[in-house]
Amino acid sequence: MRRQISSLVMRRLLIALITLLIVSIAVFSATALLPGDTATILLGQSATPEAVEGLRKAMHLNDPAIIRFLKWIAGIFQGDFGTSYANNVPIANLIHGRLANTMKLAGLTAAIAVPFALTLGITAAMWRGTLYDRIVTVATIGIISVPEFMIATLAVLLFAVYLRWLPALSFTNEIKSFYDLMRTYAMPVMTLTFGVSAQMIRMTRAAVVETLNTPYVEMALLKGASRPRMVLRHALPNALGPIVNAVALSLSYLLGGVIIVETIFNYPGIAKLMVDAVSTRDLPLIQTCAMIFCLGYLALITAADIVAVLSNPRLR
Amino acid sequence: MTTSTSSGRRGIRLGYRANPVGISALGVIFLWVVVALFAPHMIPHSVGEIVDTDYFGPVSRDLWLGSDYLGRDIFSRILMGARYTLGISLAAVSIACFSGVALGMTAAVAGGWLDTMLSRFLDALNSIPSKLFGLVVVAAVGSSIPALIATLSVIYTPGAYRFARALAVNVNTMDFMVVARIRGEKLPYLIASEILPNILGPVLADLGLRFVFVVLLLSGLSFLGLGVQPPYADWGALVRENIGGLPFAAPAVLFPSLAIASLTISVNLLIDNLPRRIRDRSPE
Repeated sequence: MRRQISSLVMRRLLIALITLLIVSIAVFSATALLPGDTATILLGQSATPEAVEGLRKAMHLNDPAIIRFLKWIAGIFQGDFGTSYANNVPIANLIHGRLANTMKLAGLTAAIAVPFALTLGITAAMWRGTLYDRIVTVATIGIISVPEFMIATLAVLLFAVYLRWLPALSFTNEIKSFYDLMRTYAMPVMTLTFGVSAQMIRMTRAAVVETLNTPYVEMALLKGASRPRMVLRHALPNALGPIVNAVALSLSYLLGGVIIVETIFNYPGIAKLMVDAVSTRDLPLIQTCAMIFCLGYLALITAADIVAVLSNPRLR
Repeated sequence: MTTSTSSGRRGIRLGYRANPVGISALGVIFLWVVVALFAPHMIPHSVGEIVDTDYFGPVSRDLWLGSDYLGRDIFSRILMGARYTLGISLAAVSIACFSGVALGMTAAVAGGWLDTMLSRFLDALNSIPSKLFGLVVVAAVGSSIPALIATLSVIYTPGAYRFARALAVNVNTMDFMVVARIRGEKLPYLIASEILPNILGPVLADLGLRFVFVVLLLSGLSFLGLGVQPPYADWGALVRENIGGLPFAAPAVLFPSLAIASLTISVNLLIDNLPRRIRDRSPE
């Protein structure tokens, strides 16, 4: 039994690893598709053919794609992410502080969104069919159907323009007190929390509602248990697996949200770095950022899968 | 919505019971489709014409939704933007669903190594966050409109594949499939005549939901400046152009966002209020 679980978990991890390999091939070949020669782009139109050829040789662009791919992968394993085209700085230096910034933003959002969403999701399922439930459901559908930049612009409009409570832009280097920190992070975190919570509330509610439809919950109802007791004592322990699964899955929506939120609030994180890299066509930087994002995303969905396996006795 | 008039078994009646939310959502969608089709005949001002001496002008009788950062009429630009947002998204989602569903049914019917390979590969593609995928591909192939359509359809094919395959696997175990196989029917017949009719309803509902994702991703990319490029502008690009008006609470920032929201919320509500018979996963 125990061995079966660990073999299932190992299988998941192996699948994640294979997926990561395929993803890295996809990312590499997508950036290798670039029409036009990188050396020509870097040197400009007026470069002499000799100069272009020299640069090509220096950058190993004449090697076959498979060799370049293997070199790139090997470099990543050694912590060498290559050099940015745009400003000729090692990518590791560029990413270092930015990654920490993004993690801060994501961590803060998760710390707020998870308890908030779980409370709303579980209570909505508890009072299913009431006005409260309907309001929560309609609000989450509304938020899910709307682009993140709209939530962000509405938040800026409300809190920075009309109410004048908060600054519209983030400046993380001017933080002196806790109050400053709150003011700076309030808007980006709020925007991200909205999107992530909406996903999480929907999935949590669905998971709890599903357990509420089981015979043993009906039994609890028939023996006269109150609604909160029925949900919290009888249903919730069994819905815990799907709920944790839902949390991990919704947190992976953070990755998409972060791209928009960092851009709109000018937050110096890794997503902003990547968007800038796309506009300057800085390929090594794009590749590295993309791999970091995919790694985070895969880690989250693999975690969700493993939790689902561990929590479901039928899957064991 | 597919309303079948062919009265086969039990004589299906034309139409379904009307649900007010669903009907009004359908109305909004219909309105935007009409706008997208006939925009050039409906716009009060030319999209490139500077009609206001002031930028980020307020709502007025002449300029219904105010003016943008150059003093152009936002109402006209939104109407024309509908063409890009709806057109690109619809083209992308049709390609994605067509190829995804075709591959999914093939994988389910053929089984074996083809199924395994396809599923592994497409699941791997599926585990790249869509916005990130969009960024990487746009960086590589640029953001011309055909490139955008291709990118978006590649991003959403794996999801459609997964959905269709899960449905088709169920149908595949039915008795009539065994009979058809024994009759010696070939793969194209099996997927087109035996599987497809049995999964069509849920597949169309899924197409609607996927359409919302595509609209959101396209708007997101355009908002980042990597989607539809000037002189054309879809709704996401309109928000980006006018983001400078945010501190003045300019209507030019608000209304394009509202246009996106009205479309996506309507599609979601419509799908949510579809009769069970169309939406349900399990074929009857």
